[in-house]
Amino acid sequence: MAEVVLSTERLSRRFGGLVAVDEVSIECRHGEVHALIGPNGAGKSTLINLLSGDLKPSGGTVRLREREVTGLPAHRISRLGVGRSYQKTNVFLPFTAFENCRLAAQSRMGTSLRFLRPAQAYRAPCEAAERALAQVGLAARAHWPVAALSHGEQRQVEIAMALATDPQLLLLDEPLAGMGAEESARIVSLLRALAADHAILLVEHDMEAVFALADRLTVMVNGAVLESGAPAAVRASPAVKAAYLGDDDVDSGK
Amino acid sequence: MSARLAAMLLVLSAIAVLIALPFVLEKFYVQFATKVLVMAIFAASLNLLVGYTGLVSLGHAAFFGVAGYLLALATPAYDAAEFWSSLALAVGGAALLALAIGALVLRTSGIYFIMATLAFAQMLYFLFHDTSLAGGSDGIYIYVRPVAQLGGWQPFDLENFVHLYFLVLAAFVLVLGFLRLLVDSPFGRTLAGIRVNEHRMRALGFATFRYKLVCFAVAGALAGLAGYLSALQFGVVNPDMLGWHLSGSALMMVILGGLGTWLGPVLGAASMMLLELGLQSVTKHWQLLMGAAIVTVALALPRGLAGLWVWRAARGQNDG
Ligand SMILES: Nc1ncnc2c1ncn2[C@@H]1O[C@H](COP(=O)(O)OP(=O)(O)OP(=O)(O)O)[C@@H](O)[C@H]1O
Ligand SMILES: [Mg+2]
Repeated sequence: MAEVVLSTERLSRRFGGLVAVDEVSIECRHGEVHALIGPNGAGKSTLINLLSGDLKPSGGTVRLREREVTGLPAHRISRLGVGRSYQKTNVFLPFTAFENCRLAAQSRMGTSLRFLRPAQAYRAPCEAAERALAQVGLAARAHWPVAALSHGEQRQVEIAMALATDPQLLLLDEPLAGMGAEESARIVSLLRALAADHAILLVEHDMEAVFALADRLTVMVNGAVLESGAPAAVRASPAVKAAYLGDDDVDSGK
Repeated sequence: MSARLAAMLLVLSAIAVLIALPFVLEKFYVQFATKVLVMAIFAASLNLLVGYTGLVSLGHAAFFGVAGYLLALATPAYDAAEFWSSLALAVGGAALLALAIGALVLRTSGIYFIMATLAFAQMLYFLFHDTSLAGGSDGIYIYVRPVAQLGGWQPFDLENFVHLYFLVLAAFVLVLGFLRLLVDSPFGRTLAGIRVNEHRMRALGFATFRYKLVCFAVAGALAGLAGYLSALQFGVVNPDMLGWHLSGSALMMVILGGLGTWLGPVLGAASMMLLELGLQSVTKHWQLLMGAAIVTVALALPRGLAGLWVWRAARGQNDG
């Protein structure tokens, strides 16, 4: 069995009276895409935020490899090899696509307390940025301000930023939302390739992409895990059919 | 490349003009130019916080004033302080104070940050104003200016207004040069990232608090340098040096000059002080006209005077 990179145990998060994430226990393994689906408001993004340190859990634990990281701030978790993208594009709009990725890669320089030499003179972050942009297919847009890019391209920058930090675990919150068919197809094959040497947790509404990519599938409803396992088995589960997908949805995509 | 060359030539000719000033101007104007350069350093240090990092401080004069007081306190009653050690004391003291205040105020953000910086500066103001710690509301006179020794040699005589001007000019060029490099450095890019989207910076792995704290301390140190030079020039320090009025003026210079631009604070300081000088000579009600002028610039040039320049140094918009 491949190495478990991320695991949670009874992870929960409450907002006042609402239990947005309810005792969720999941695993992500090296070399696998773990897809997470569920209706709007199921708690998928909240779960990702708990894993990335953007939100603090109300209960339960998060482990990265053997290390417990529950409640660590986002920047510490990020530095442990976790890259994430946001459902709602969260980038540096005035900066170029290249600078967005270069900054992402610069975070891995150890310290950025370097005051005099230009950032461009540090090769490693620049090369990581170029590589990440090429991977998502945005090399030609590298020197455009992100604000001037199309929505789909901004979504690609979002993914490239996560890649530029050279993570072992990728948390992707609806990476394909807002992309055209061609862009989508490119990212799907990129994710397929990345899966070989990353652990990927993928939240996605595009069922075609989910079934093309997932090695493991988890369905969340009302904050809790309804079903988790091999995609075919989950798809066939009567509970899932009844509660969420419905026969039509599974086949037609959402 | 040629735009870069043109910019370089422009900067070099500006420095040449500044070097030539004391040879063509009368004493009064040389002293005025000295004052402007000191305020330009102060405004540039504030711009590092407000313009580059997005930290709006209304208490920046605290570091300016404390450095001035440190020089006054380090100066024996009727003797001269040693230049290099008193400079190190003043700048180092301002940096340490900024580190301490920053460690507290940087835990807040937005409007609360503005209030917290203002509150700390006012506390210091009243500490110096209401206690006999350092001369109370009258402040302290510095009867003898510091003496610089390098071995047995005295490189400049600070009682000489031309020497003083050149000392301040040297400090000005060094500070502006440092800031120019800083903007494009990894540290400067980190600050820009924090200004644009601090949450994303944290998610990318940056311990943003640390970077903001270092930025606050560097800005405090540079403000301290300006305060030291100002105390040295006027030979007196008083609580107004750390009051909100001065913090507000500097903020105005930065905004009018152009937030987050390299030379904006310099343009802001020079134009506001020249305007003040000009208006004072024609009318008693100069402050009224000054206000009108400021409002006009604010309305007509939303990006400040530096917005007139094609050449933007903040580099927020591109790779740098
Ligand atoms: N910061 C917050 N404060 C209060 N409630 C929140 C907060 N964030 C999320 N919620 C609530 O938690 C629930 C789960 O939201 P979440 O965004 O995790 O769902 P999701 O599965 O990502 O949905 P979608 O598919 O629409 O992205 C929702 O009811 C939402 O309103
Ligand atoms: Mg969501």
